[in-house]
Amino acid sequence: MAGFKSTEKYIATRDLEVAVNAAVTLQRPLLVKGEPGTGKTVLAHEVAAALGRPLIEWHIKSTTKAQQGLYEYDAVSRLRDGQLGDPRVHDIGNYIVRGKLWDAFEADEQVVVLIDEVDKADIEFPNDLLLELDRMQFFVYETRKTVAARHRPVVIITSNNEKELPDAFLRRCFFHYIRFPDRETMERIVQAHYPDIRKDLAREALNVFFQVRDVPGLKKKPATSELLDWLKLLMVEDMPVDALRTNEKHLVIPPLYGALLKNEQDVHLFERLAFLARRGA
Amino acid sequence: MFSHLVLGLRSAGLPASITEYLTLMAAMKAGVAEYSIEDFYYLARATLVKDERHLDKFDRVFAQCFKGLEPPEGVKIEDLPEEWLRKLAEKLLTPEEIEKIQALGGFDAIMNRLKELLAEQKGRHQGGSKWIGTAGTSPFGAYGYNPEGVRIGQDESRHRRAVKVWDRRDYKDLDDTVELGTRGMKLALRRLRRFARQGAATELDLPDTIRSTANNAGSLDLKMVPERHNTVKVLLFLDVGGSMDDHVKLTEELFSAARTEFKHLEYYYFHNFPYEKVWKNNRRRFEETIPTWQVLRTYGPDYKLIIVGDAAMSPYEITMQGGSVEHYNEEAGTVWLDRLSSHYRRSAWLNPTPKQSWGHVRSISMVNDLMEGRMYPLTVNGIDDMTRELSR
Repeated sequence: MAGFKSTEKYIATRDLEVAVNAAVTLQRPLLVKGEPGTGKTVLAHEVAAALGRPLIEWHIKSTTKAQQGLYEYDAVSRLRDGQLGDPRVHDIGNYIVRGKLWDAFEADEQVVVLIDEVDKADIEFPNDLLLELDRMQFFVYETRKTVAARHRPVVIITSNNEKELPDAFLRRCFFHYIRFPDRETMERIVQAHYPDIRKDLAREALNVFFQVRDVPGLKKKPATSELLDWLKLLMVEDMPVDALRTNEKHLVIPPLYGALLKNEQDVHLFERLAFLARRGA
Repeated sequence: MFSHLVLGLRSAGLPASITEYLTLMAAMKAGVAEYSIEDFYYLARATLVKDERHLDKFDRVFAQCFKGLEPPEGVKIEDLPEEWLRKLAEKLLTPEEIEKIQALGGFDAIMNRLKELLAEQKGRHQGGSKWIGTAGTSPFGAYGYNPEGVRIGQDESRHRRAVKVWDRRDYKDLDDTVELGTRGMKLALRRLRRFARQGAATELDLPDTIRSTANNAGSLDLKMVPERHNTVKVLLFLDVGGSMDDHVKLTEELFSAARTEFKHLEYYYFHNFPYEKVWKNNRRRFEETIPTWQVLRTYGPDYKLIIVGDAAMSPYEITMQGGSVEHYNEEAGTVWLDRLSSHYRRSAWLNPTPKQSWGHVRSISMVNDLMEGRMYPLTVNGIDDMTRELSR
């Protein structure tokens, strides 16, 4: 099987490559954490592409139950069909709705499963999936049937650290924390996404970007995805490099800042700092 | 094979288990990290560490476990001038010991003994790699002969890169050393839970469904209700610095218990007594303060206020304008505490010092009076009493 490596579009550090390859080889879930916007979800897409496997995405919400990933028994339609005298009602299997994991287990080839933002769900959610992710099989009570994975899928789980995950769950996973990329890696990432960006524009934009990240007290620091959006805007607008250049020490509000600063407190903070800096100068 | 790494991690307080160790072994067998110490480091990290807070600890233990794995090139032990070793020997060994060793077989034996001594010394020292470096009087200050020490001032070598990765200690900020003994506190805090049905109706309301189906002459009429959620909101004010340094561990335990227990938990830090400014980040406490007024405006009276502090201070800090030890406060501490406790319907003060000694400190009884007796010791029982009071 081909290993996972940095691609043209996705720059992976060596430690991430090792973690992914370990998870793929040993067929255990990989838990990925990191600042929002550092490419946790994109990783699953890239792994699927690198391995040449289809991707099944399961996005978790606060109301998601573990059972929904396996299957759901639609008792209400059965009851309604029963009242209407529909012959389908005699086979309970007609009312079993398959979940994402069932699809993944019964797929004809190995697939990549993304369980996105697992921390959004209830605190017990990961515990309810322990056995299923360990043995890659589960039991359907209604039909008395065991569904076992034909090919153990590659499972990638992302978390934003909103809740702590239970130890028993963690013990079964590989873990990787995506660090915020340093300047060098960031340059490679920019290069990978926009190969034809002007060199001077990229350099100045990165200067501004890291300066913005260094501002103390920002509620949401801009991350990789914000930088890429912003660069795209700069390129579309054909922004002259001079607009970004800051020879003076003090802060200026970057052009098109809406792509970098995502809430009004941060914009206010920035305006205030820029004002103070101007007055100081 | 690498069991000493796992044992080292466990004794450093990292919850690495046998399952994870076996996973690491399986991964090694499957050839995930072939012949590269750096890959092995990454693999071991992905297998054994499950929380970014522990990454720094892992780096330290890893460096300790594999300190001899990559012997530095250049200076070899036998390259060291004999004179230097003798001096070090004089420093570390008693004359009798030297005699004994000489009798045993001279210099090689001394070398071994020294190595043992150094290893022993390193083991006991916190952050052991510093031992030889900081011992400025040692003739080995520049070189040292243990692998960690030698590296200082040495040119970049082929092997050095490998060590560098975990010696960088990139994850230092994430380490917050919270003990695991928080279960008792969690259980006590659980009493604060207040369930309410909120949000989308996703649960079947069985009694109502039966009733309305019966009313409907037997044809099904489903009734749904929203799920129950814990809706209690907690605002935590934590005293840091000064006399609170003795109680850091206990406070951390409380904090980590509270963080996992409540969805709506906000926390702020103060020093000695809450005045007009609080802060969220202790490292930037002077740059990034938040006006207490803003906290009062942001979090409504339905929040339950818990102040954690030892309340050990000069009485002036409570009663006088300008009494604060750190800055000039426009309004006296009593004014602020009154404001806080009248804004929040339920508030309490948790004190990490034992209850028996409260009588000896005047400021504690003053604060207790200000809180109208709602001061509780920071013990499981104290928290239990507090939650009873807060949830009345």
